[in-house]
Amino acid sequence: MTLDCRGMLCPLPVIKLAQTISKVAIGDTITVLADDPAAATDIPAWCRMRSQELVSAENEQYVVRRVS
Amino acid sequence: MLLSAVDSGWADPARLHHEGRTARLLLDNARAVLAEGVGVRPDELYLTTSGTAAIHAGLAAVAGARRRVGSTVVHSAVEHSAVLHAAAAAGTAVEVGVDPLGRIDRDAFAAEVAKPGVAVAALQSANHEVGTRQPIAWAAEVCAEAGVPLFVDGAASIGHDVVPGGWSALTASAHKWGGPAGVGLLAVRKGTRLAPTWPVDEREDGLSPGHPNVPEILAAAAALQARLTEADELDKLHRAWIDELRQRIANDIADVEVVGDPEDRLPHVLTFSCLYVDGEALVTALDAEGFAVSSGSACTSSTLRPSHVLAAMGVLTHGNIRVSLGRTSTHDEVDRFATVLPGLVRRIRAEVGM
Repeated sequence: MTLDCRGMLCPLPVIKLAQTISKVAIGDTITVLADDPAAATDIPAWCRMRSQELVSAENEQYVVRRVS
Repeated sequence: MLLSAVDSGWADPARLHHEGRTARLLLDNARAVLAEGVGVRPDELYLTTSGTAAIHAGLAAVAGARRRVGSTVVHSAVEHSAVLHAAAAAGTAVEVGVDPLGRIDRDAFAAEVAKPGVAVAALQSANHEVGTRQPIAWAAEVCAEAGVPLFVDGAASIGHDVVPGGWSALTASAHKWGGPAGVGLLAVRKGTRLAPTWPVDEREDGLSPGHPNVPEILAAAAALQARLTEADELDKLHRAWIDELRQRIANDIADVEVVGDPEDRLPHVLTFSCLYVDGEALVTALDAEGFAVSSGSACTSSTLRPSHVLAAMGVLTHGNIRVSLGRTSTHDEVDRFATVLPGLVRRIRAEVGM
């Protein structure tokens, strides 16, 4: 699943991610596209705080695996 | 204090007439008090027009004097923006990262300082946003071994906390200890060479040009003196209140990240970030409740970029709030802050469906 958050400012991309992750099966991944510079820190921080796995973060593209 | 200083200290202290000599006397007295406050001799202290001006002039002049050695300026990733700007202007800036508490990576710092071509290394006494103290005594040893001057931005600490010695230069800002805006300190230890890289005049050895603001400098000295007499008491109170705030915020609000070192820190600063919360909305809501707080969130900055300090630490940057206690802060205010905050966070989260 891909979540296009380009053009959105934080905390919106993180809110969208949190609201969408429940639609992802445990073990599957979601790709977030976010060009707000704050997302580079905040999406990894969300994964840490909510115990989800950050698979990769590059080129304004974040892959997150739902683990719980 | 300030008003009588405006009456008696208005003249140019460089002139020989009666009024000039009076201003000179007031300036010398103020310099002696300020020098004692930061632990240097009066002839090691330059007075500038702000903490930022002290950093800009000081870092450039220390680096300028080391041009034959090299032009690398090593600094932590969490320095005040004044240091980052000055480092970039003074030479080739080399950034050293920090751990999640905001403390410098010691191995990386030592390795960068030991490389050839380092003009100066800059490390803050404590972080101005998250309160984490930096290992200044250790950094001073590492720099001394490498023969590199250590430049310490002490603005967050002076007047609130003790800064270890061993540095070559230290800067501070009067408004941070309750003095007026527009007075900065640049302390330079004897033996540290300075070479200003701009047009110099005869004032402050060329480090701060122009007629000094004697009344404000006097007020800054009086404020520091007053502050230091109550520093021990305020340190105890502020440490206890910030500890209480840390615990209550972490307990009473879900999905909140209280950042910075919980113990080895400034006494009066607390920073936390609330998941799914817009920093600007929370600052505004707290303002309406009578609390004037800062934020490192991107939405509250003119550049729309988040705080480089929070980003370097890898902690949540949105929904960020920084609380600073002042000498007139009370426990009632601290208690009321901790009481109203959870409801404000809940309301802002509810507005975005969280």
